Amino acid sequence: MMASGRRRGGGHVRPGDRGFEGWAWLFMRVSGVVLLFLAVFHLLWMHYVIGVDNLNFQTVASRWANPLWRLYDFALLAFALVHGMNGLRMVLEDYIHRAGTLLTVKSVAYVLAFLLLSAGGYIIFTFHVPA
Amino acid sequence: MSDGAAGGRPATAASPRGATFTGPRGWLTYRGGLGYLMWAIHRLAGLGILLFLALHIADIFLLGFGQHVFDSLLAFYNAPWAHVMDVFLVFGVLFHAINGLRIIVQDFAPRVMIAERKLVIIELVVFLVVFLPAAWALLAPLWGA
Repeated sequence: MMASGRRRGGGHVRPGDRGFEGWAWLFMRVSGVVLLFLAVFHLLWMHYVIGVDNLNFQTVASRWANPLWRLYDFALLAFALVHGMNGLRMVLEDYIHRAGTLLTVKSVAYVLAFLLLSAGGYIIFTFHVPA
Repeated sequence: MSDGAAGGRPATAASPRGATFTGPRGWLTYRGGLGYLMWAIHRLAGLGILLFLALHIADIFLLGFGQHVFDSLLAFYNAPWAHVMDVFLVFGVLFHAINGLRIIVQDFAPRVMIAERKLVIIELVVFLVVFLPAAWALLAPLWGA
């Protein structure tokens, strides 16, 4: 498997490349810029405006009373997880050279990622804010 | 790899004096130079953030078990060692974000590659200006400052 545009041994995927690796390359840049806002804002806000020690059930519940924050958190979750999983895929392809092992490890990783996305999406959209 | 390739340096395992290092020193120098080091930190930071994301999804999922369960497990994040781990998280996210921005600029405007080393130094200055106060703010409460 893996006869794609991302060549081993220092090959480059370039802007304008087509195929899966070309789109994956572009996705990493676009989602990277999106996360530059979504993730960095989230990190700085939670650490330096609210403060990690002040976070509790009540802070999350009052935030999620506004559906726009749920949407923000889901967008952050989805972009971060897909960006991170594609990064993990590149790392695995760089270091695992046996096709069978690679397929197994990637399959396990994708299943875990799907479960994480489902669990995160589930709690974001079904959480009931107590009265 | 297009992410953070060292500009124009040959991929050798040799130091300027021709010695080859193994072990940790070899990991840091086998491609040589600052570009390789930035690439390695970018990659490690990315993996670390992904690991934290998995943990964070798990902790947020506990909201579904009610206030008591969520708040008692959150105490886990208030321990002193968690504050120290938190500094690694802030380091990783800020580094990955700022270094990623440099990679994007270089990819879409390849002519800036002539000054890659300068870009890296500017990036490191920006990173330190943001990271050092951020790390201080997290750690100072530990010794009551």
